[in-house]
Amino acid sequence: MKSYLLLLVSTVLVNNFVLVKFLGLCPFMGVSKKLETAVGMGMATTFVLTLSAVFSHLIETWILVPLDIQFLRTISFILVIAVVVQFTEMFIRKSSPLLYNVLGIFLPLITTNCAVLGVALLSVQQKQTLVESALYGFGASLGFSLSMILFAAIRENIEIADVPVIFRGPSIALLTAGLMSLAFMGFTGLA
Amino acid sequence: MLSALLVFTLLGLAFGAVLGFAAVRFQVQGDPMVDKIDAILPQTQCGQCGFPGCRPYATAIAKDEADINRCPPGGETAVVALADLLGKPAKPLAAENAKAKTYVVIDEERCIGCTKCIQACPVDAIVGAAKHMHTVIKELCTGCDLCIEPCPVDCIHTREHITTTETWKWPAPTTQIEYREAS
Repeated sequence: MKSYLLLLVSTVLVNNFVLVKFLGLCPFMGVSKKLETAVGMGMATTFVLTLSAVFSHLIETWILVPLDIQFLRTISFILVIAVVVQFTEMFIRKSSPLLYNVLGIFLPLITTNCAVLGVALLSVQQKQTLVESALYGFGASLGFSLSMILFAAIRENIEIADVPVIFRGPSIALLTAGLMSLAFMGFTGLA
Repeated sequence: MLSALLVFTLLGLAFGAVLGFAAVRFQVQGDPMVDKIDAILPQTQCGQCGFPGCRPYATAIAKDEADINRCPPGGETAVVALADLLGKPAKPLAAENAKAKTYVVIDEERCIGCTKCIQACPVDAIVGAAKHMHTVIKELCTGCDLCIEPCPVDCIHTREHITTTETWKWPAPTTQIEYREAS
């Protein structure tokens, strides 16, 4: 139990996928202009990431290893992710048209979110069990959502701040992301 | 090699079946055209088009049951945008909808501050707070008259816009606006 908790804390804070491992930076920069979209994107990614981590683990243990075709790992994981994203899109479209409208194009773009594939591949590399990889995916997406929401909140405040002209727009956003990343380095000693 | 091919074929088929099932199971009813038309309409829900709101009017346009020139708050801009979207010739507002432009005023002496007109206003043109006097922002009022009905003391009145040298505009062209083929 304790090791599971440790795994969760380590993926959310210490090895935060966005700010420490630098995966999934495109949605991090792209969807963080408004807090609402950041929250929506975080939720959708959480759903997709956890599911795809579990499915990738199942495919790895039940299909790829027994048949000795691990060289097909990347492409099969991409297949899994694409299917999960498609499924999520249909599901959200049916269950919550509002969220569907808010997420818009970013929902299909989760397919190309490198954090999703990164989690699946790293989980296999670390030879995790099914529960561990599910937690790993869930923790990674929690960390993703956390950094997204924090970053969106900061960016909303930057909008109204008096920023020097040359730093306006993406440059101040990138600087902020760098500073946040530095701040997250402070968690290194935690676990 | 053969097993890899086989596995991937089966995997693809299985996933395809799942997605196909999901597509049927989670099918969304609805005409995407209605959404597009609804997005152009001004969402004042004033009912001047003869329909209970913007969405029903959009549905009627999509079904080709209503003409595109029946929305006074949207004005010429909305008609041209709709014409562009639907590939129909733009035309001036229908006579029955194009009544003289009006706005409302609140008789501030008699206003009791019940906020009922504020809730009724679709464009947030009425300012005021509970038990305080309300007033209408003339520039925002579309003249939909939806606030007159809920007022308990009948202190809201319609006024016609009086043209002064500052508000006068060139009359809109009476000839039909040509629809250009989108390139």
